[in-house]
Amino acid sequence: MKEKYIEDLKEIKDIMNRSSRFLSLSGISGVSVGIIALAGAYTAQRLVFSQGELLTINQTELSSGQLVNLLAVALATMVISIGLVIILTTRETKKRGQKIWDHQTKRVLINLFIPLVTGGIAGLIFISKGFVGVVIPLTLIFYGLALFNVSKYTLNEIRSLGLIEIVLGLLALQFIAYSLWFWAAGFGLFHIVYGIIVKLKYKS
Amino acid sequence: MKDLLNELDKAFENRVRLGIMSALVVNDFLDFNALKELLGVTDGNLASHMKSLEKSGYVNFKKEFLDRKPNTKYFATDAGKEAFRKHINAIEQLLNKGE
Repeated sequence: MKEKYIEDLKEIKDIMNRSSRFLSLSGISGVSVGIIALAGAYTAQRLVFSQGELLTINQTELSSGQLVNLLAVALATMVISIGLVIILTTRETKKRGQKIWDHQTKRVLINLFIPLVTGGIAGLIFISKGFVGVVIPLTLIFYGLALFNVSKYTLNEIRSLGLIEIVLGLLALQFIAYSLWFWAAGFGLFHIVYGIIVKLKYKS
Repeated sequence: MKDLLNELDKAFENRVRLGIMSALVVNDFLDFNALKELLGVTDGNLASHMKSLEKSGYVNFKKEFLDRKPNTKYFATDAGKEAFRKHINAIEQLLNKGE
């Protein structure tokens, strides 16, 4: 009789894992995205924000060289991170013998990308009008909202991560001279911490 | 021990029904085919267990049209989620007692 219940629990766990499959967000992808973000923040600091006068809520003059550098660093960081997450998640999903493109995947992507794309467009508009400093806190805030929004459909930890990103974004906006540090903490440090927690907790 | 056994929900004694509930408590809703695929059961089997869970008031469904094809979305009711939680608690307590 005891065996039956142990079996039951195992079965429940297995079905929960397979059915809400965005459990495939592996710990490794969290850690690697974090490291890439730290590299991105460092590069942006060296190439664009080294004088510091851009990190303000006021309108600033951005030289075309700085603009190109900023967009290049942002784009590279984004493409590498998203690419890595896709590769790692696909691999994890395949390993579990699950389908890659299904209802769950679509739902997660839609819920993630609507706030994220909104933030991206808002950011580009701010940059085009010369408010570069605001964009750093904005990316944190919108990313946090996106994570919070998607957390209903994936690991619970995503919800806390989302809230942390939102708080860091607001702090970055308030203390905008230090916003790059908050950004590095939010996208770098906390992704790494999140990755380690997920890795330990789910062994994935 | 006796009390604990009473806590166990008869509705979840069957593996398929237990599986349906496990899937529905972690998903807002799932359609029939997704559940079928997930649990690896036949249409008839799933349908009959679904009926019995509906009768207990643990699951409910919504009919919608997707590309003009009917699509039934199943979800766990609040009563169902609560009952499932109690059932798992009872199992865990039983197992702990046995040690």
